[in-house]
Amino acid sequence: MKRGEPIIRVRGLKNSFGEQVVHEDLDLDVMKGEVIGVVGGSGTGKSVLMRSIIGLQTPDAGEITVFGEDTVDKEETETIDIRKRWGILFQGGALFSTLTVAENVQVPLREFYPGLNQALLDEIAAYKVVMTGLPPDAGPKYPAELSGGMKKRAGLARALALDPELLFLDEPTAGLDPIGAAAFDELTLSLQKTLGLTVFLITHDLDSLYAICDRVAVLADRKVIAVGTIDELLALDHPWIQEYFNGPRGRAATASVTREQAKG
Amino acid sequence: MNAMVAPADFSQIDEGGATTLRFTGCLSLAYIGDVPQRLEAVEARVDRLDLSGIDHIDTIGAWVIHRFARDSGAKVEGLDPDAQHLLDQVEAADQPVRMRPDRTPAFTRVLGEIGEATIVALKTLAGLLGFFGATLIAFANVIRHPHRFRLNAVVQRFEVVGVSALGIIGLMSFLIGLVIAQQGAVQLAQFGFETFTINLVGRITFRELGVLMTAIMVAGRSGSAFAAQIGTMKLTEEIDAMRTIGVSPMEALVVPRVLAAVIMMPLLGFYASLIAVIGGGLLCWIQLDIPPITFIQRIREVVPITDLYIGLIKAPVFGAIIAMSGCYQGMQVESDAEQVGSRTTSAVVQAIFLVIVLDAFFAVFFTFIGWD
Repeated sequence: MKRGEPIIRVRGLKNSFGEQVVHEDLDLDVMKGEVIGVVGGSGTGKSVLMRSIIGLQTPDAGEITVFGEDTVDKEETETIDIRKRWGILFQGGALFSTLTVAENVQVPLREFYPGLNQALLDEIAAYKVVMTGLPPDAGPKYPAELSGGMKKRAGLARALALDPELLFLDEPTAGLDPIGAAAFDELTLSLQKTLGLTVFLITHDLDSLYAICDRVAVLADRKVIAVGTIDELLALDHPWIQEYFNGPRGRAATASVTREQAKG
Repeated sequence: MNAMVAPADFSQIDEGGATTLRFTGCLSLAYIGDVPQRLEAVEARVDRLDLSGIDHIDTIGAWVIHRFARDSGAKVEGLDPDAQHLLDQVEAADQPVRMRPDRTPAFTRVLGEIGEATIVALKTLAGLLGFFGATLIAFANVIRHPHRFRLNAVVQRFEVVGVSALGIIGLMSFLIGLVIAQQGAVQLAQFGFETFTINLVGRITFRELGVLMTAIMVAGRSGSAFAAQIGTMKLTEEIDAMRTIGVSPMEALVVPRVLAAVIMMPLLGFYASLIAVIGGGLLCWIQLDIPPITFIQRIREVVPITDLYIGLIKAPVFGAIIAMSGCYQGMQVESDAEQVGSRTTSAVVQAIFLVIVLDAFFAVFFTFIGWD
């Protein structure tokens, strides 16, 4: 698969809960090697879109292909080959509470590659822990002993356990302090560069969008109303997009980017 | 990646006194196969690792290469810039990391666990006493400031603890009455005293089993629910939110639950005893041909009114114990979802245990004061 081909392809997606229709006729392409940010107001179904793509939510209609394979209505056993190639960081980290951080990171490795020996498993978990910026004594800790930011890092270490090609991040910087959030953005970017990841990033954090996203997809009116770089989006005159990027917070984020660039 | 990918492999080349390991294929998690084990088995002194022939490398491949290079002192060559960057990153991440908690010898550990369990048991007892005191204070506060009494919450608990339990407690009591009568009749028939089945059913249900079985059922249904509800509220910081608004969780959560259990237990216990007697009576009618009218008459003759009093005195005490251990254990939840489960279990076990211990005390006490 070459750069430039869609790694995720969503066509005509429809999701609804009872009377409430969340998505209708939603199309989205995510290209290989890019960081795509997904934004939208609360309740526009950003998480539902992610859950549909990774097969946790069965859509009412539409087709979704990941790595060129159909994921809709598949049994978990049928999509194992795809599952090996993606990693997911859930909003709260979703660490297994009865396992230590090191064991959490080893779960996907054990599950998909039972042949690995314990020494190698430990070493892999160790460098993943360091790579995601956790302190070296975090290995034997249980999730309950970690702070919110450390839980996210541990969740990221688990998501990266299999060296995935595709990484889903659901609001990774929500609930982190600005320094922690900036560090997490940098970490995501450096891992993306090092590992050549494609990143599907759901966020409300304008700074994250500016800092790491190649393109941004805007969810509104039950579909993706626009996809493009932030500059391209700013050129559109959709009221929500204008409000989003040119509201007080949007301007502040733009200003800080301009300052950064001025500093060189 | 597709089926055409070649698995990772390496070969040893000796030339000019230097040894080179030449790697080929895809050095990634899915295709690395037995390369790590084979590398460990290499005994020759290796000078160079030639990676120019590989198709792909990921962090696991990079780690395996880095580990070998680190341990053997070999030089890594032939990587393209991206792969070299990856290797550098992995190298930078090679720091001593603790993987699992320190191990202690089994003997010390067992001793430690016994000690810890003892301390926990004592602390729980002290905590429960403290909680009993706090509950009494909360009750006193509510009595002094009647506007703080939450009638709606109490009535809602009445429904959950009492009304919703009628079906299952009725069924359970009916079957218990039936079984006692049936087993009693079989045994007593050996001596020709099967009519004493009526004494057996009447006395044991009013005095002991009606209330005791109800207490066990309420502990399982409501004590556990109290612990889980309050525990979850602790986790989601609802209880902290309450405190900051000036609402006392003891008054808002504990008082209604304790009150509901204290009031509902005697009613449920009495109801359970009645249903058990009906179950016993039905069996006597079918198996021993004792007509219901005679059965009721005999019950009135042989069951002293004190048996009913004993049941009704014990019931509210049991109710208070069940509700308090449920609320106490719920309040002890600190950090994670697992604790909600373990605390709920503790609440039920503790409640049933205390109920049975107290029941034994009551039995001795009532016999002592002549209510036998």
